[in-house]
Amino acid sequence: MNFSISVTVNGVRRDVELDDPRVTLLDLLRERLDLTGTKKGCDRGQCGACTVLVDGRRVNSCLALAVSHDGANVLTIEGVSRGDQLHPVQAAFIAHDGLQCGFCTPGQIMSAIGLIEEAQTGDDPERVREAMSGNLCRCGAYAGITEAVLEARQSLVTSNQRRSA
Amino acid sequence: MNNFEYIRPATISDAVTAAAWPGAAYLASGTNLLDLMKGGIASPSRLVDITRLPGLDRVERLADGGLRIGTLVRNADLAHDPDFATSYPAVAEALLSGASAQLRNAATVGGNLLQRTRCGYFYDIASACNKRKPGSGCDARDGESRLHAVLGWSEACIATHPSDFCVPLVALDAMVEIEGRAGRRELALESLHRLPGETPEQESVLEPGDLIVALRLPAEARAFALHGRYLKVRERTSYAFAVLSAAAMLRIEHGTIKEARLALGGVAAKPWRTRTAEESLAGASPTPGAFHRAAQAALADARPSGNNLFKIELAKRILVRTLTLAAAGTPDRIPALPASPFSVATGALHVA
Repeated sequence: MNFSISVTVNGVRRDVELDDPRVTLLDLLRERLDLTGTKKGCDRGQCGACTVLVDGRRVNSCLALAVSHDGANVLTIEGVSRGDQLHPVQAAFIAHDGLQCGFCTPGQIMSAIGLIEEAQTGDDPERVREAMSGNLCRCGAYAGITEAVLEARQSLVTSNQRRSA
Repeated sequence: MNNFEYIRPATISDAVTAAAWPGAAYLASGTNLLDLMKGGIASPSRLVDITRLPGLDRVERLADGGLRIGTLVRNADLAHDPDFATSYPAVAEALLSGASAQLRNAATVGGNLLQRTRCGYFYDIASACNKRKPGSGCDARDGESRLHAVLGWSEACIATHPSDFCVPLVALDAMVEIEGRAGRRELALESLHRLPGETPEQESVLEPGDLIVALRLPAEARAFALHGRYLKVRERTSYAFAVLSAAAMLRIEHGTIKEARLALGGVAAKPWRTRTAEESLAGASPTPGAFHRAAQAALADARPSGNNLFKIELAKRILVRTLTLAAAGTPDRIPALPASPFSVATGALHVA
């Protein structure tokens, strides 16, 4: 049985024919749409490497069925920069050495963008660490990740205030 | 993962009809079910996707002062709802201590209630497990059993229910509304999950096709807002299931406990309400002695199911600590590390 679904990925509408209902959102992105920036780590919802935003919220794309996400709006790591201009979270990860091998980084960055949008942590590093606990980094770059998220959050909050002033 | 038929019904009654088929399962977010299917632990022949059913994603304040929470409300949305977090702080803290931000953004109320045990032998399809394969035996009995049940277990199964959310809910007399083939009915959350006995594969009283459509909290549940806490012992700082947990909610007037609500998590195959301990606190002053007596009463029937005798003493201590913190008052804001036994009012340190 085939399923026709339509998802908007990074602002572009994609119509996909699924020949199998088992395809996860992660496999849809990587295998069908060639968006391999989103990583498959554990594939069981334990590591966060597959984090993307669905309708503005960070979720694990490995535990989401593509067929159930017909009509969804998905943002992946490929869609966060504007041309050569990095997203503030990307820039902060570089500035603070928030990575070593880089495998978990797309998930970390998407999770951080979601975290800032959720607006629950303020500038408390303990709350940031807790809110990022769904993203594992086996290189142990956590100290830099926390600093990067705090700095990016501050710069985004400030620029939003300027915009609304 | 086995292949399956995928159905996305437009109405609740169509969903119930479709899910009453042998081998059918409901799919909401799938954060637990897809994991189980990938591991070969669950292999439904049909998935009935309920995510588009209308009217199941609302939180409604009822005329009688109660609260009705649709089954598709996401864990994160409920926990961050300001009225909810203020009125039922122990429930909000329990929600925020579970899983990760990504999973809480997806996972639903109904799915949380019906999540399966995290027993490693249930998850390992090479192991004997009476819950996964009735009659095959229980490798946990002679295996790594330190995290297993100390209450309500049987020779057939010593698994625990992993939900944090359910623990304060069961103490607050939460009700579940169920739509089934014979229409709508409701039942106390406390009666939803079954103890294993000889049939650990039967985890709830739900019949084929039964759909939990809503969770309801009675008006009285708001009375504990000033003294409500949930504490959870984990083997790592965050993003881990409970070794065990406790919810304590008190109604204190003029220095006397008028009413107490207590429940334990991670100790049995269901969220474990402890009424004798609650009753021992009614009319008492909130003192360490009263809390210790309540903890003794709560664990009076506990016995180890394996290499987990330590959990009985740990449960008593965590109950005393939860009662102590609840008596001190609900913090203005949920601590940075929700439900951490190491937290202080201003926030939890990750390295305690």
